Amino acid sequence: MTTSTVTVPARGAAGAPGPGRLRLRRRLAQWGFVAPAVVFMLLFFGYPLVRNVVMSFQHYTPETFFTGRAPFNGVDNWSHVLRDALFGRALWHTLVFTAGSLLGQFCAGLALAVFFSRRFPLNGVLRSLILLPWLVPMVVSGIVWRRILDQDTGVLNSFLDTLGLGGHTPWLTSPHLALLSVILVNIWIGVPFNMVILYGGLQEIPAELYEAASLDGASAWRTFRSVTLPMLRPVITVVLVLGFMSTVKILDLILALTDGGPADATQTLGTLTYQNSFVQLDFGAGAVVGNVLILVSAVFAVIYLRAGRSEGK
Amino acid sequence: MTAPTPAAARRARSRRAVTPLAAVCVLVAGAALTGCGSQRDSDVYTVMNSSTDESYHRWDARAMARCGRRLGVTVEQRSVPAAQVMTKALRMASSESLPDIVQFDASEMPTFAGAGGLIDLRTLGLRTDGIPRGIVDFGSYKGTYYGAARSVNTLALFYDKDALAGAGLGVPRTWAELRAAAKKLTHGKRYGLALSAGGAEDGVFQFTPFMWSNGGDERHLDGPRVVEALDFWKSLLDDGSLSRSTVGWTQADVNDRFMAGNAAMMINGPWQVETLNTHKSLHWGIARIPVPKAGDRSVGPLGGAVLTVPNTGDRPRERMAGRIVACLSGAKEQLTYALNSWMVPAAEKAAAVWRERVPELDALADQVATARSRTAELGAGWPGVSLALQSAFQSALTGESSKAALTRAQQRATSGN
Repeated sequence: MTTSTVTVPARGAAGAPGPGRLRLRRRLAQWGFVAPAVVFMLLFFGYPLVRNVVMSFQHYTPETFFTGRAPFNGVDNWSHVLRDALFGRALWHTLVFTAGSLLGQFCAGLALAVFFSRRFPLNGVLRSLILLPWLVPMVVSGIVWRRILDQDTGVLNSFLDTLGLGGHTPWLTSPHLALLSVILVNIWIGVPFNMVILYGGLQEIPAELYEAASLDGASAWRTFRSVTLPMLRPVITVVLVLGFMSTVKILDLILALTDGGPADATQTLGTLTYQNSFVQLDFGAGAVVGNVLILVSAVFAVIYLRAGRSEGK
Repeated sequence: MTAPTPAAARRARSRRAVTPLAAVCVLVAGAALTGCGSQRDSDVYTVMNSSTDESYHRWDARAMARCGRRLGVTVEQRSVPAAQVMTKALRMASSESLPDIVQFDASEMPTFAGAGGLIDLRTLGLRTDGIPRGIVDFGSYKGTYYGAARSVNTLALFYDKDALAGAGLGVPRTWAELRAAAKKLTHGKRYGLALSAGGAEDGVFQFTPFMWSNGGDERHLDGPRVVEALDFWKSLLDDGSLSRSTVGWTQADVNDRFMAGNAAMMINGPWQVETLNTHKSLHWGIARIPVPKAGDRSVGPLGGAVLTVPNTGDRPRERMAGRIVACLSGAKEQLTYALNSWMVPAAEKAAAVWRERVPELDALADQVATARSRTAELGAGWPGVSLALQSAFQSALTGESSKAALTRAQQRATSGN
């Protein structure tokens, strides 16, 4: 209290020292606000991140937990992991899984969002029902879908059977089909998120634009291409980048559905990290795969931030 | 009036900003301190195990209460999912907060022992006389006895008595008989045989009796004996006696199929007996796993957990932990545990009593007598070989040739070690 009574007149009377101290104080206050967030980020994001990078250059084994010693072994872990044929396959599966999931989720989500942006009876009820897959925990979805897709006793195959469409499809037990099945389940899980965000975006588009388009005699497709899509672009970037980051690292769904099998057909970078670290207890190798994942996600995070900034301008 | 307000507000704000900062610091410091080894209660001993099933947890709790009373201490049980025992124990080791006793799966124990985390039980006064050689080895790593087994288990052939009688079949003893019987029993929605070839330890566990009875060796996965064993699995699949879904099944899935009448025979272990017995209309029998040719020895995998005393540096506590392990793995507790869980007691005398009490599981006791430990040859190298083997039999069962799949597995196992 005393300082305030002193400072304020001083500032009014002798301009020079006042602003300097004030600026300093303002700076301090600003840092005071930022500090908790910085401390939090450093502790819970920065430290593990740096630790993971360091670990990927260390010979980190169960013994390390007792001795605390993890000798640096240069690029041994990296060359070991990158030369492993399984890493190449897992990388490829991750790409296919991510691209397939994003494409499927986005197209289905956009179609549903456009569909629901019109008014019709039961619109709200249907829309909330479609949200259900999003509410179910990933592991539960995995277990339920594992039952649905079972070759012998699964509901899907018996349904196909009654339609006379075969009904013996080895959804999860054929190395050629398993990845596709996993992608389809992930699309099912991701559609609501895409739909909700895109639906929100659609609501933001002014109705006048559509009015103008219809006055100009634009067809439905032309309106979609020239009005809806360009107006939605910022939202689309957000959906795709967030979708990418949550899909590329997926682990629980695959573990629940196929455990990475059959014959490593659904092994992704996520499951490989898990297997290296927690099954083989080779933490160095696990950290390498984890770092590759972080790197890939970081690239997309930058794209996301850039997109957000240009939108803000 | 206007000038001082923002400045004062700013100061107030900056003061307010300090509060959350301080709170975060206190929280972090608190978390760090609690992480650094909590004070142990001198009369309370903790046992970490994987008895997360209600029944196993209850049986263990009672056994611990009995032993605690006898030794004048309190024994507490902490159960974590089986897949987490190792990683949790490692984390506890690095924060110096290990429990007094850890129950490891026998295939995991060598890893922890190899890292220097366990105490030689003989130095704590535990005796191994009366325990068969194979089971002492089961709890040993590089010749040191680290783990006391209460009971052991292995796999056997479970069969539906009604189905076999209906088809006029005897219990198969050789691969040829098994294949013929499975083919004959496959009918409609029912497969002749169910087994687990899933991409986890379950599947590998189930493959070992076929590999070992045929003279195969986990150090040479590409050897002709292992290839033959895998070809035998493939032949069952090609006959249609085995579901193609087998590559996605765990041992529990296999049991579900058997109980639902969708499989006439199954390869499985005694831990399923409790569930099987709830199904009164199912009349099942049990036999040794068929061998390649009549007269061959049926070698199954030895499974089960061992009680170990981690190296905590506190000698008096470790000695008491040793006495608790001795009590829990003593003949009397072994028998109680084995009768509850349908597993075979480790000690010879207890096993003899058990045979009289549960004659229907006699075949299991025979199988245990010749069973082999998975880690006897590879020790801590087992997980790598196991992963390579899983991938190999899944590839072979989904189309690849056994030889090619196993050759790749051997390369992977070698480069991984």
